[in-house]
Amino acid sequence: MDYFIGIVSIVISGILTNNIVLNQSIGICPFLGVSKKTQSAVGMGLAVTFVITVSTSVCWLLYSLVLEPLDIGYLSTIAFILVIASLVQLLDIVLKKTSPTLYNSLGVYLALITTNCAVLGTANSAVILDSLDFFQSLMTGLSIGLGFTVALILMAGIREKQALYDVPRPFAGFPIALVTAGIMAMAFYGFSGLSFV
Amino acid sequence: MTKDEFKKTALGGLTNNPVFVLVLGMCPTIAKSDNIINALSLGICTAFVLVFSNVIISALRKVIPDKVHLPAYIIIIASLVTFVQMIVKSFMPELNDSIGAFIALITVNCIILGRAESFAGKNKVLPSFIDGLSMGLGFIVSITLLGSIRQLLTMAFGSGFFDKTMGGFIVLGLLMAAFNRIFDAVKQYRKRRTPLIEREAV
Repeated sequence: MDYFIGIVSIVISGILTNNIVLNQSIGICPFLGVSKKTQSAVGMGLAVTFVITVSTSVCWLLYSLVLEPLDIGYLSTIAFILVIASLVQLLDIVLKKTSPTLYNSLGVYLALITTNCAVLGTANSAVILDSLDFFQSLMTGLSIGLGFTVALILMAGIREKQALYDVPRPFAGFPIALVTAGIMAMAFYGFSGLSFV
Repeated sequence: MTKDEFKKTALGGLTNNPVFVLVLGMCPTIAKSDNIINALSLGICTAFVLVFSNVIISALRKVIPDKVHLPAYIIIIASLVTFVQMIVKSFMPELNDSIGAFIALITVNCIILGRAESFAGKNKVLPSFIDGLSMGLGFIVSITLLGSIRQLLTMAFGSGFFDKTMGGFIVLGLLMAAFNRIFDAVKQYRKRRTPLIEREAV
């Protein structure tokens, strides 16, 4: 039962209380870059969720079955980035063959997932810093991916409306997006009262 | 390398400032500019990796096959990051506690891969070294500026806002808007100035 509550709290913290973009400020590049249209935001969010979930599980297996027994844990950064890069490449090949429509709608964003800090950051923190077990790492990856998707879609919704407004010239583009993100982060900070443990 | 090229490359950190003009590497810029020490030390680590990755990649640019150049760049960068991680872990354990997670994330910092792709992969070793140094300094100055402003604001208004993510977003947004305003003013001043100079020359 305690284990189950632990899983629930991992999910809640990944999506709301400890949102990767708005509370930990990781993964801001795609958050600012791909949030101009809601449709591409949804595609990007789901692709990132998939990559984070799978890469966190694979990195967990790699770290605890290969790197740690051989006592070469210091190579984790190189090993993890290799896993992520090959996973993104694999996703690219599979999507191109199986569903060309989704592949075309994701476009360049697919390749950009490799350099998304959220993927490497989650693998690092779940596998090495928090030393979770396999199922917990998988759920951490999934919930952080969903949290990223939620933040991205909300931001895209706001920016779509913002495009119609008359923004002061020095604020046009990134500055107003950053200030908006700051106000969203304030709202998300309100979730930090939620606690299940 | 001509004098003009040298000047352009060496001033790259200012005219193409990675944070305020190119808007790259936002994650560490916002996450670890909560105080001046974190900001400065993460800036130095990033600049170190940037300079050496630029030098190594430009030295190997004819050896690396074009098809696999991105994975090769990432491996070179990841090795340098591992090196920095080891040094910080063994000599500065306190610093490792506060910025350790973000040192690993230097691997996926867009500034480094961006410079490798757009500059070091096409230029000789010396220009790439200068470009890395200039961009690195530009990054150190920007993140330290942000860090010092946020630390001052935290000291003035108490902790809980400006040392959190939301404060980082808002301070960076306002600072960027201020720089845009200044750039605009400079451009307008130059525009007004040019005809005058031409008239004097005649």
